[in-house]
Amino acid sequence: MSNTPYALEMRGITKRFPGVLANDDVNFAVEKGEIHALLGENGAGKSTLMNMVNGLYRADEGKILLDGKPVKFSSPRDAIDSGVGMVHQHFMLVPTQTVSENLILGQKAPRFYINYKKLEQDIAELSRKFGLAVDPQAKIWQLSVGEQQRVEILKMLYQGAKLLIMDEPTAVLTPQEVTDLFKTLREMTATGHTIIFISHKLDEVVEIADKVTVLRRGKVVATVDGHATSKAELARLMVGREVLFRIKKKPAEPTTDALVIDSVSCENDRGLPALRDLSLTVRSGEVVGIAGVAGNGQTELAQVITGLREAKFGTITVQGQNVTNQSATATIDQGLAYIPSDRNGVGSSPNLTLADNLILKSYRKPPIGPGWRIDLKLVRSQAEKLIEQFDVKTPSADLPARLLSGGNLQKLILAREISRQPKVIIAVYPVRGLDVGAIESIHQMLIDERDRGAGILLISEDLDELLSLSDRIVVLFEGQIVGEVPPEDERIDEIGLMMAGTKVEHSHAT
Amino acid sequence: MRLKIEPRLETPRWLPFVSIVLALILALLIGAIPLAYGGLDPFVAYRQMFRTGFFEPYSFSDTLVKATPLILAGLGVTIAFRMRLWNIGAEGQLFLGAWATTGVALFWLPPTTPKVVMLAAMTLAGFAAGALWGAIPGVLKAKLGVNEIISSLMLTYVAFEFNNYFVYGPWAAGGFGLTAPFPRTAWFPRLTDFGDAVPAFRGMTAHLGILYGVVAAVILFIIFKYSKWGYELKVIGDNPDAARYAGMNLSRTIIMTMIISGGLAGLAGMSEVAGVVHRLQENFSPGYGFTAIIVAWLARLNPLAVIVVGYLFGGLLVGGDAIQPAGIPLLIQGIILFCVISADTFTRYRLRIVQPVASTATN
Repeated sequence: MSNTPYALEMRGITKRFPGVLANDDVNFAVEKGEIHALLGENGAGKSTLMNMVNGLYRADEGKILLDGKPVKFSSPRDAIDSGVGMVHQHFMLVPTQTVSENLILGQKAPRFYINYKKLEQDIAELSRKFGLAVDPQAKIWQLSVGEQQRVEILKMLYQGAKLLIMDEPTAVLTPQEVTDLFKTLREMTATGHTIIFISHKLDEVVEIADKVTVLRRGKVVATVDGHATSKAELARLMVGREVLFRIKKKPAEPTTDALVIDSVSCENDRGLPALRDLSLTVRSGEVVGIAGVAGNGQTELAQVITGLREAKFGTITVQGQNVTNQSATATIDQGLAYIPSDRNGVGSSPNLTLADNLILKSYRKPPIGPGWRIDLKLVRSQAEKLIEQFDVKTPSADLPARLLSGGNLQKLILAREISRQPKVIIAVYPVRGLDVGAIESIHQMLIDERDRGAGILLISEDLDELLSLSDRIVVLFEGQIVGEVPPEDERIDEIGLMMAGTKVEHSHAT
Repeated sequence: MRLKIEPRLETPRWLPFVSIVLALILALLIGAIPLAYGGLDPFVAYRQMFRTGFFEPYSFSDTLVKATPLILAGLGVTIAFRMRLWNIGAEGQLFLGAWATTGVALFWLPPTTPKVVMLAAMTLAGFAAGALWGAIPGVLKAKLGVNEIISSLMLTYVAFEFNNYFVYGPWAAGGFGLTAPFPRTAWFPRLTDFGDAVPAFRGMTAHLGILYGVVAAVILFIIFKYSKWGYELKVIGDNPDAARYAGMNLSRTIIMTMIISGGLAGLAGMSEVAGVVHRLQENFSPGYGFTAIIVAWLARLNPLAVIVVGYLFGGLLVGGDAIQPAGIPLLIQGIILFCVISADTFTRYRLRIVQPVASTATN
């Protein structure tokens, strides 16, 4: 070991959540004064790992050392008292209060009387030093997202953070703001601060990081020198190339166009462009996989197709029927099935019974819903039939849906969607967080549907899943399709690079 | 050693009932403290209260009279609460219902109108006015995302003042915050009206309103259990995102629910002026619309249970009038609500005593 202790060292960290191994024997060390990037796909365990340093979670196994001394934080308060601050993706600010007020929130220092003049001077001083321009008297809600982030950083600095963890700080920023942020980060390391930078964007990691540690499926894959590495190397480390299993399927026999998306643009919840002039066709009897890092328009794409989000421009047709900006009901009636990424939050109603959950899409029309009422007998017999047919493990159809395991809940959702014999299925992260057995049955169900003649749009971050199921893979980056690749294992590096926003020459290999 | 609160995976079927009974007992015990402090023997006071409320010759009828507005408004609250729409403005909707009823009975229809027509028009007016008052927070919530708790409560105070304006102003008779009495054609039939045929009914003031309550409860029960609309309420109440995903129209359902919720509370006001007060006056309701919230909650939002709980609370009001000091029934109601809501927590969570893990701070 070197003479100067690491600013942060984590030894043998393991963290489990029910059913998930989030971090598996992770060793991670950060030197004082460096910018250390933590790179990995969504769900690789980056945030979990850092939340343990920040005192939000506690490790099941392993040790955390700050400046060579072991620490055990039981809250973010403990962490900041020891000089560890974290800027989360979702800011922890009080919108109706001023910048100054937010800075002293939860602080011990002014116990009763607040000397605003002194406080504002201190803030101005810090702002100047690190190039973090904000008006101390502005209310948070008046600030842009970039300015709010500066307030978060100022807050941590004001509270004495020496080690600053930034969770995907650039996700919400404009390119100019990213440049400013990077300048600030360099300022900070020059004055002895240490920065851990969580990201899944290769470009910025290569630009800013002194060291890069790559996580995959909760494990450290490698730590490399940020100045010596290349995007291609990082992409390969990030997505990996081990093949878990491949489902057996015959070659696709695509027929007519099932889903046609023509030059569609839409906005995300914050009113920023999410899809830009996107065109895509899915034919009956094929699986089209959409690869991409989360947050590049995947959710919005699924929502705009299923009538849950407004398309600003463009048209969407399902088997020749225009469904652009139709209600969700209309898309359901057109034979569109949607397996949302959030099983508990969107795909099911947690406190309702399995039987009630199974009729979510069919209660409106006979035979389930003749006239004003619902045929409870039929609901029950159909529920029992579907539970049996789709192998949902449950003691009864009266169980509240929240008590099902992830895999069984997903089977229930597929049972509901597939039993309506849809023409098009939109499946978003259909196996995220599931165990191998459940993954296999869900995948088999989707392939069976393809062979029945449904057109399937599979949105996933898991390249193994995409390679295994898809007949074609397109890559989505910043709301645009940046390329199409046949699902061959050799093309995985190419896909990884495109996911990270790098245009690849001769990518149209069709 | 410390206490830890953990969510229960499953709630045993018996637990909600047991918890309510225990909560009621606890509430009576707590209520005994102020009673004793006020110089009463709690045991004697409670016995007197229960006897007057439930076990004397006229108890049944008297308690029904008090139970009627509680049941109707309680049903209104129930339907809104079912979809987690916190309409706590039933009191205001009740006042508006009574106001419109009075308009029909005294001013908008001649006193010579046949009784059936008169009562039907009053019923419609009462429902419509309450529905309108409920629709306002409904529309604000559905279209602008305004918090319905605040808007429905604030509108209640608007309704009070609106009512006061009429009983002291244009509709005043004598300037004491009262209107003139309704013509007999605008009175709900009461048991005592049949005293000639059935002597036992003489002096009994229970009126047609209770039938309104029972019918409304049965209709709501059928809606909740068998209808598409009831299913939508259930899904929207449990998970609005899943409802949107299933193609349900949330704003329309929210507004519709608030209309019916307010309408039922309006009917409570209508039945109170047509059946009991026979005129509009200031403060004609001792807070039935607020007590209705407790009734709905205690009934666990089951419309048939609202009848039973409404009756029990009616008895509490009748019995409470019999003991002094006044204000005790309201006090006990508050304590009951407090205990019931607390007990509700324990049907969903369990308390566990955990031994601290020895903090092994290794080097």
